[in-house]
Amino acid sequence: MILSSFGPANTIARSAETHPLTWRLRDDGATVGLAEYQSKAGYAGLRKALKDLSPAEIVEQVKDSGLKGRGGAGFPTGVKWGLMPPSDGKSPRYLLCNADEMEPNTWKDRLLMEQLPHLLIEGMVISARALAATTGYIFLRGEYVDAARILNAALDEARAAGFIGKNILGSGFDFELYVHTGAGRYICGEETALINSLEGRRANPRAKPPFPAAVGVWGMPTCVNNVETLSNVSAIVANGVDWFKSLARPGSEDHGTKMMGFSGKVKNPGVWELPFGISARELFEDYAGGMRDGYTLKAWQPGGAGTGFLLPEHLDAQMYAAGIGKVGTRMGTGLALAIDDSISMVSLLRNMEEFFARESCGWCTPCRDGLPWSVKILRALERGEGQAGDVETLLQLVGHLGPGKTFCAHAPGAVEPLGSAIKYFRSEFDAGVVSQPAQALTA
Amino acid sequence: MLTDMTKATLTVGAPLIATSKFQLSHQERHDIEHAMSHYPDARAASIDALKIVQANYRYVPDGAIPAIAEVLGIPAPDVEGVATFYSQIFRVPVGRHVVRLCDSMTCYINGHEQVLEKLSAELGCGLGQTSADDRFTLLPVCCLGNCDKGSTMMIDDDTYGGLTPDQIPALLEKYK
Repeated sequence: MILSSFGPANTIARSAETHPLTWRLRDDGATVGLAEYQSKAGYAGLRKALKDLSPAEIVEQVKDSGLKGRGGAGFPTGVKWGLMPPSDGKSPRYLLCNADEMEPNTWKDRLLMEQLPHLLIEGMVISARALAATTGYIFLRGEYVDAARILNAALDEARAAGFIGKNILGSGFDFELYVHTGAGRYICGEETALINSLEGRRANPRAKPPFPAAVGVWGMPTCVNNVETLSNVSAIVANGVDWFKSLARPGSEDHGTKMMGFSGKVKNPGVWELPFGISARELFEDYAGGMRDGYTLKAWQPGGAGTGFLLPEHLDAQMYAAGIGKVGTRMGTGLALAIDDSISMVSLLRNMEEFFARESCGWCTPCRDGLPWSVKILRALERGEGQAGDVETLLQLVGHLGPGKTFCAHAPGAVEPLGSAIKYFRSEFDAGVVSQPAQALTA
Repeated sequence: MLTDMTKATLTVGAPLIATSKFQLSHQERHDIEHAMSHYPDARAASIDALKIVQANYRYVPDGAIPAIAEVLGIPAPDVEGVATFYSQIFRVPVGRHVVRLCDSMTCYINGHEQVLEKLSAELGCGLGQTSADDRFTLLPVCCLGNCDKGSTMMIDDDTYGGLTPDQIPALLEKYK
């Protein structure tokens, strides 16, 4: 069976020194099982972490490496880990892997889980050791049925080999790890909504503070990290901080590599492990091959539905947080989308806001009421039946749904692309407004 | 009242089971209890429990809600609250096969609306509906994470990418 995640990441030239996430991928795209993973230096990081390093030293290394969250927000992982209170040695503590990959245009965690499940498991056991976590859950979206099957098989292998369970590799460290599958709803990817969902509740986000590090799942200290973030941990421990910091291109303030992609009507859509700091142009032209014949690049989005639109002239931006920040939006997941000249921005935004409105959990009024309102206006504009003032109303919604108005980042993520689309393509939105009848103008 | 109205509008699907007659099978109860063993609090197995029942009935019958609540030791309205929140838990019967069509912006760019049009024409129903022969239920789904192969959809547990409208009839034919 060929997995959905088989693609160009399997076929580009890779090495252990330059591609810590993907060098073990097989050319045929099949899952790397335990035996093959171990023959490719698998679980060496875990052995080193348990034998040579104290939990505090692992946290220190991850902090020093500059590893940042790979789920889209980019919060420094070591800092997040440092927020966990000291363990009392008795109470349970939890490590959760956010594998609820549902951000539109994001298909990297699927690849890592389907093809390299042991890289994630090893990273989680090392991270659990660092955080003194007693139990871990991989919160996996329900539709990733292949990943669920593969991860559960890999967990069985790891358990039988003594990498999870009691007294791991004779270290005295105990850690149990389970796959928890969801049942839909994009909001489950929000950290505190994920915790509510894991507890068997409706996935409404929680107020912060308290932060999950102090009061997380079942009221206990909890750390939530993304699949790709955790998949970086074993290489950092095995190869060291200096090596990790040598990976990115000059000019990048972020360290290591990132699963980056380009999709849309490009010649060679795909995801590749690339160093932070490569230019978006290199990603777009050299890896994705530029636009298919007959299409021109009109705009692009650097990393998921919740990031803003950019123009072709911004392609020289470097792919790292502040590099994309300089041109006005966020890097997000780093999997970019090409919008071609055949696409109407109004129709595209209508599609996107329909998604955001449907997936709002309804907890906060601006999000629950504002997003359907934006859909209503965008549908009218798309039909050419917009009313005077509609575009201004959209801009007002961009403000009212922005950061700080709601419990979580769903609404701000929904309006970031809307605001930037109007900024760069205002005339397309204005064109959807019914022109004033002549008599109204003269009256 | 709402439930009765919903039932009244249903013309197809698996037979509805009266609340009072519903009983979890031995196997269902066993599977739910196994799921509970993964968590320090039984409530966490709510979604697992709903999925276990749904796998057998293609939806969660009314009577399953209090039955699951009893096993988990939580109030039935809490189970209902979870059942109605999550998009992949069905509180009304669905067809023998579920088509989940990705409607992400990436698939939009790659022509998902044309695929949807073809699917609707073939099945004679729109999104959120079941075909008259009870064979397919057509649902939208969040980005399926298959974006280099858009437009994409799942039929049951199978994922298909690079879809064009003309491929749809042959694909549907695989599912009886």
